[in-house]
Amino acid sequence: MAAVTMRLPAARAPLDSSAPRGGEKHLVAPGDTITTDTGYMRGHGTYVEDEKLIASVAGVVERVNKLVCVRALKARYNGEIGDIVVGRITEVQQKRWKVETNSRLDSVLLLSSINLPGGELRRKSAEDELAMRDYLQEGDLISAEVQSIFSDGAVSLHTRSLKYGKLGQGVLVQVSPSLVKRQKTHFHDLPCGASVILGNNGFIWIYPTPEQKDDKAGGYTANLEPVPLSDREVISRLRNCIMALVTHKIMLFDTSILYCYEASLPHKIKDILKPEVTEEIVLEARQRLLDSEG
Amino acid sequence: MASVVLSEAEKLYIVHGVQEDLRVDGRGCEDYRCAEVETDVVSNTSGSARVKLGETDILVGIKAEMGTPKLEKPDEGYLEFFVDCSSNSPELEGRGGEELGTDIANTLYRVFSCENSVDLKSLCINPKEHCWVLYVDVLLLECGGNIFDAISVAVKAALFNTRIPKVRVLEDEEGTKEIELSDDPYDCIRLNVNEVPCIVTLSKIGYRHVVDATLQEEACSLASLLISVTSKGAITSMKKVGKGSLDPESIFEMMETGQRVGKSLHIALQKILDEEENLGTSRAKVGFLG
Repeated sequence: MAAVTMRLPAARAPLDSSAPRGGEKHLVAPGDTITTDTGYMRGHGTYVEDEKLIASVAGVVERVNKLVCVRALKARYNGEIGDIVVGRITEVQQKRWKVETNSRLDSVLLLSSINLPGGELRRKSAEDELAMRDYLQEGDLISAEVQSIFSDGAVSLHTRSLKYGKLGQGVLVQVSPSLVKRQKTHFHDLPCGASVILGNNGFIWIYPTPEQKDDKAGGYTANLEPVPLSDREVISRLRNCIMALVTHKIMLFDTSILYCYEASLPHKIKDILKPEVTEEIVLEARQRLLDSEG
Repeated sequence: MASVVLSEAEKLYIVHGVQEDLRVDGRGCEDYRCAEVETDVVSNTSGSARVKLGETDILVGIKAEMGTPKLEKPDEGYLEFFVDCSSNSPELEGRGGEELGTDIANTLYRVFSCENSVDLKSLCINPKEHCWVLYVDVLLLECGGNIFDAISVAVKAALFNTRIPKVRVLEDEEGTKEIELSDDPYDCIRLNVNEVPCIVTLSKIGYRHVVDATLQEEACSLASLLISVTSKGAITSMKKVGKGSLDPESIFEMMETGQRVGKSLHIALQKILDEEENLGTSRAKVGFLG
C-alpha cells in the first residue's frame, strides 16, 4: 500500500523553445555589458562603470526611448495600484494589520480600509480597534486590492468590496510574482469545479466554489464544513498542475491552468509531480496554448 | 524547526483531507514524495550522498580518519555525527540552528547505537591503538518537512558510497608498529549497509497518521513518532516528538505502519543504489548545477 519512489537525478533539459515571439529577448546576467553607448539614461537594474552600462540583476533588458532598464526574472513583488493580492496577516498593530505579500516590505491593511462583518458602513471607533483580533488574526489569509503605495515602497491594501476579505478553506500555492499574467480579472470560477484567485504577488489561492453567493457574511464567517471528496480531488489536481507549470516557467492565467488540468486527467493526481509526467502535461498544455493563439 | 504559519481554515482543510486519505498534493497517507538520490557528489570525502525529498534537500559527507578506539570498546571503530542547519533560513544561522542540529545529531546517535547496524569491528585496525572513525557530516540545505527521514536515507546512501582505504599493520623487529597504506587508490573496503536503519516519521493529524509530512502538515500535527526500521522490518529505536499526546493503541498502529513503510523505503533505496552502482563511471554526474 505504501508507495515509495526514488530516482536518480537527471539534469533538467529545457523544453524546446518555440518560434520567438516578438523578436529576440536580450537576456543579461549581473556584470554583463548592456551597451557602451553613453547616450542612454540608466534605469533600474543597471549601473555605469568605465563608461559602460552594466546590468546588476539577471533579467531582460527593456528600453523605452533613451531609458534602459533591466527587469529581473526573479524578484520580490512590486505593488501597483489596482493589483489583487493574497496575503497573510503577520502582525496586529494599533489601527492596522501587517500583511505578508512576498514584497520587500510588509504590506499594510488599515483598519479604516476594511469592511465590517455584516456589511455595516460606519466610522471605526475605539471598540473596533480593541476588537481587531476578532476580525483578522495572525496567520489568516486575505484577498485584497492595492489602494496606494507609501513613499518607501510599502503597499497599502483595502478590502472595501464584498469579493475581498478573509479566505476560508482551501490551498495556497506560492510562486514567483513574474509568472502571474496581468489580466482583467483575477478571480476565476473554473469549469472543473473549483475556484482560483491568482494574486499578482504570486500567492495563488485554490478553494471550492461556494454554492450560493451570500452577501450577508461580508467575508468574515468561514465555512467550516468538511469539503466533499470530489472537490478535494479537483483542488489537489489543480495545485499539482500549477506546480507543474511553475517548474517549466509557463505564465499562469486561467486558460493555461485549465489546459494543464485537462491534459493531466488521464494521470493519477499524485503522479503529476513526477518529472516525466510533468513534462508531458506541460508540453501538451503549451501546444494547445500556441494553437489557440496563432 | 522552520515552520509555516497557517490560518485555522487551512489547517481544518488539511485535517479533513487526511481523514479521507487525500492529502493536499493528492498523496495517500502512506505515500512518500518523489525522492532523488545521488551519491559521490563531494569529491574530497570518503563517501557522500545528496537526497532531495520534495522540497527537503540534504547533503551528507563522510570522512574516514584514523583515531584511537574508545576505552570500553577497544576492538571497534565508531561513528561521529555532526549536523549543520545554517544554510536553511536566517533564523537558523549561527546559534539558532544549534538546538535543531544537536537534536538531529542525538537522534542519529540513538538510531545507530544498535549493535548490528554498522559492522564496527571491520573498522578496527589495531585493537586498543588504531581504528577508523567515520565522521558523518549532515548539511540541511533546505527544510521542506520530514527532515529526519531524508537525513537517514542520505546517511545510508553515503555509508553505501563510503570507500575506506585498506591499511596493513607492519611490525618491526623492535616491536614498533607501522601503518602502511596500499598504493592502489581503488583498493578499499566498503561497508555493509544491509542492517543500517532508516527513520520513518509518522505524524498524527486528527485521527489518522501520515508519512512524509510537508511543512504545512507538520504545522497541523501535534505529535509525531520517529521510528527507525531496518530493511527486515525490525524496529531499532523509537522517539516521540511534539507537545501533543498519543494514545497507546494509535502507537501500535503507527508502529505497524512504520514497519511496512520502512521496508518499502529500504527496497526502493537499495534498488536505486544498485542501479547507480551498475552505471559505474559512465554515470552522468548531476551534482548541484543540474
